[in-house]
Amino acid sequence: MYKYDEYDHAMVDARVAEFSDQVRRRLAGEITEDQFKPLRLMNGLYLQLHAYMLRVAVPYGTLDSRQMRMLAHIARKYDRDYGHFTTRQNIQYNWIKLEDAPAILEDLASVEMHAIQTSGNCIRNISSDQWAGAAADEITDPRPWAELLRQWSSFHPEFSYLPRKFKIAVIAADEDRAAMRLHDIGIQIVEKDGQHGAAFYVGGGMGRTPMIAPLIKDFVPLDDMLSYAEACLRVYNRYGRRDNIYKARIKILIHELGADEYRRQVEEEFKHVKSLGIDPPKAEFDRIAAQFAPPPLDASAPDAIDRSDPDFAVWVDQNVAAHKAPGHAIVNISLKPIGGIPGDASSAQIDLMADLAEKYSHDELRVTHAQNIVLPHVRKADLYAVWQALDAAGLATPNLDLISDIIACPGLDYCSLANARSIPVAQKIATRFSDLGRQKELGELKLKISGCINACGHHHAGHIGILGVDRKGTENYQLSLGGSGAEDVSLGTITGPGFDEDGVVDAIERVTDKYLAERTEGERFVDTFRRVGMAPFKEAIYG
Amino acid sequence: MVEHIHSDGEEPAVTLDAFLSQSNATAVRLEPDEDARALIPHLDRLALIEVAFPKFRDGRGYSSARILREAGYAGELRAQGDVLVDQIAYMKRCGFDTFAPEKALNPADVEAALARWPEHYQGAADGAVPIWKLRHG
Amino acid sequence: MKLLTGNDLKTGFVTWWTGADWSLHIEDAADVGEAGEAILAAEEGARRVNAPYIINGEQTADGPRPAHIKDRIRALGPTVRPDLTLKPADPAAGDWVI
Ligand code: HEM
Ligand code: SF4
Repeated sequence: MYKYDEYDHAMVDARVAEFSDQVRRRLAGEITEDQFKPLRLMNGLYLQLHAYMLRVAVPYGTLDSRQMRMLAHIARKYDRDYGHFTTRQNIQYNWIKLEDAPAILEDLASVEMHAIQTSGNCIRNISSDQWAGAAADEITDPRPWAELLRQWSSFHPEFSYLPRKFKIAVIAADEDRAAMRLHDIGIQIVEKDGQHGAAFYVGGGMGRTPMIAPLIKDFVPLDDMLSYAEACLRVYNRYGRRDNIYKARIKILIHELGADEYRRQVEEEFKHVKSLGIDPPKAEFDRIAAQFAPPPLDASAPDAIDRSDPDFAVWVDQNVAAHKAPGHAIVNISLKPIGGIPGDASSAQIDLMADLAEKYSHDELRVTHAQNIVLPHVRKADLYAVWQALDAAGLATPNLDLISDIIACPGLDYCSLANARSIPVAQKIATRFSDLGRQKELGELKLKISGCINACGHHHAGHIGILGVDRKGTENYQLSLGGSGAEDVSLGTITGPGFDEDGVVDAIERVTDKYLAERTEGERFVDTFRRVGMAPFKEAIYG
Repeated sequence: MVEHIHSDGEEPAVTLDAFLSQSNATAVRLEPDEDARALIPHLDRLALIEVAFPKFRDGRGYSSARILREAGYAGELRAQGDVLVDQIAYMKRCGFDTFAPEKALNPADVEAALARWPEHYQGAADGAVPIWKLRHG
Repeated sequence: MKLLTGNDLKTGFVTWWTGADWSLHIEDAADVGEAGEAILAAEEGARRVNAPYIINGEQTADGPRPAHIKDRIRALGPTVRPDLTLKPADPAAGDWVI
């Protein structure tokens, strides 16, 4: 894991001091809300439906137990004893007081954490593969690259007032676990002639105009990566639309220019930027990479798992993934108990996961874009003990990637931009499909819910997506099918007229029944949909 | 050094169009949507470039400033308009050396803002040594 | 009726204009009639409220109720966490919200 040095500490401390001063000036009436809002947003502080909300960055989703415990401490001391893990691998607190915000940021800084650039029209927290460093299929650990980008983008003087927010994801495996191509810049670390470099996909995103990022450059060597990113951003900062907030994301610029013209402008800017010497030497990458060295795994860890407890065996089959080292496994902790609130965890649960990480996972945890938590390096021999502890805390729901592993944004229960509530719909669907045998029969099925067109719940990328809309003052839900945020990335298609809350649950049941009737051997839901198309599903839903 | 208020009695800055069509002006004003690179052939004879910030949220002027400094412009580079104390540290890093805010700033706040950051992660147009360089000597 | 609502500047909590002051409880809200804009400007200027706005509501036997679902949820709290609402002990407290 990356450890701050004196410079990193000084930067975060300076930011805490700066924001404390800004809060003081706001409370004293020296600045207006209009002036303060972009400043608080750049520190992750929103004004939401019920109170201020604080979004804390979890860079590339990686945490150690001390940091995780701090998240629990903040929930307990300053909030209402829980936090919400988000699709951008961050955590949000829903009941923060403005006057407490400086103290919270100070507490976070003490464990090398912050809320910097988790909102605002700047480069946001950089997300990554939650299995980085553990996945059997990665070519390298993507996190050193992400950390390099994190430092470059932090307090970037030119790119803090972009036309709109800017999100970057970095992965290093062909299997895409981070929705890489649905980011403003998606980077895949690839290998060419024995060297690692960055493939740049630029201009993806969700929101009201979802787009899949086109490949802009297939291989940017490490030595050029920051210059190339700088060129991509500069073209956007200069020419991205500022006349209409809904057209201000980079995806619109690239769509309007065309990928080829955007690439041409970036290449030209890159030639110039490259001469400025902004790329750090290899030694800096090596310094960072050394801190992501694999943990000292037990080379003699046995490979066998005692599956005699049937409940445990079910969980192993569903929630435990292959690790690159023999005798080890990746544990995926579901924050989706049937009928619960997707992504929420209590302080006690957060503390427990921290304890388990310290004891069994080389002190590491990850947050996933599917709003779950990962213990990346667990000995197979310890799985049973881990499972028992999770089970006792209500954290052993064996539903990873099944229909009840629902991504849901906070929706109208918390979010001031929402049209409809997301959470109650998620709860009803999970309850309807609570039978595990039925869920397993349906297989991998990614269901994603957003409470409005901003698409924080990734509904466009759901095998089944649900979007909350406002129909004459009542909550209404549109259904879409066939999206994916993985390497088979695609955008969902709307089925037709929307439904009320119970209606959408019924419609999903008709859709899944249709899938079971239509599928051929080995087909996932989304495969069947792609093969047979919308018509049979539409027929099943609307008759 | 950074000046916060510009001097009186200077030549008024003309618009980019006017500047490009008349050869004797030495001060120009650049709007957010105007291409800073159009000035590059003329930098030698410019004493002042005023970059407009009609709204603080419009960040195009930051790129304009860097482009001008990167092209070797050494004259006065002024940020004018909706320039707030919370932006000036970034503006300075992008190469601005004077500020003409529409609403006067509290000098103590300005000083605090400019002194806030001990170091910087990335290179920009202010000549500051980035942290990665400090780390590796 | 017209209601005036916003958030407390320091705590962020949802507040309602009572005619003389701000209250956490929708039941205390007063009809501001045509005076909303003036009160809003004065109160925001004095930092007694943040991000205030005027909404439509109706008077019921139980007190004023906002017309829009969003403000009804603001008045109560998250519908999925009755324990965190202003009336955690009363299971029927949220019946009017949805
Ligand atoms: C509750 C406060 C929140 C607010 C006010 C908010 C606001 C927004 C807005 C306005 C957009 C659209 C941006 C655009 O299209 O230009 C957006 C997109 C997004 N938000 Fe949120 N959001 C909130 C919470 C969340 C949460 C809880 C998550 C994670 C679960 C999240 C993750 C995302 C993602 C992944 C996108 C899509 C990114 C894209 O458009 O490419 N947000 N959000
Ligand atoms: S999708 Fe809409 S409702 Fe959901 S969190 Fe984002 S902005 Fe709020």
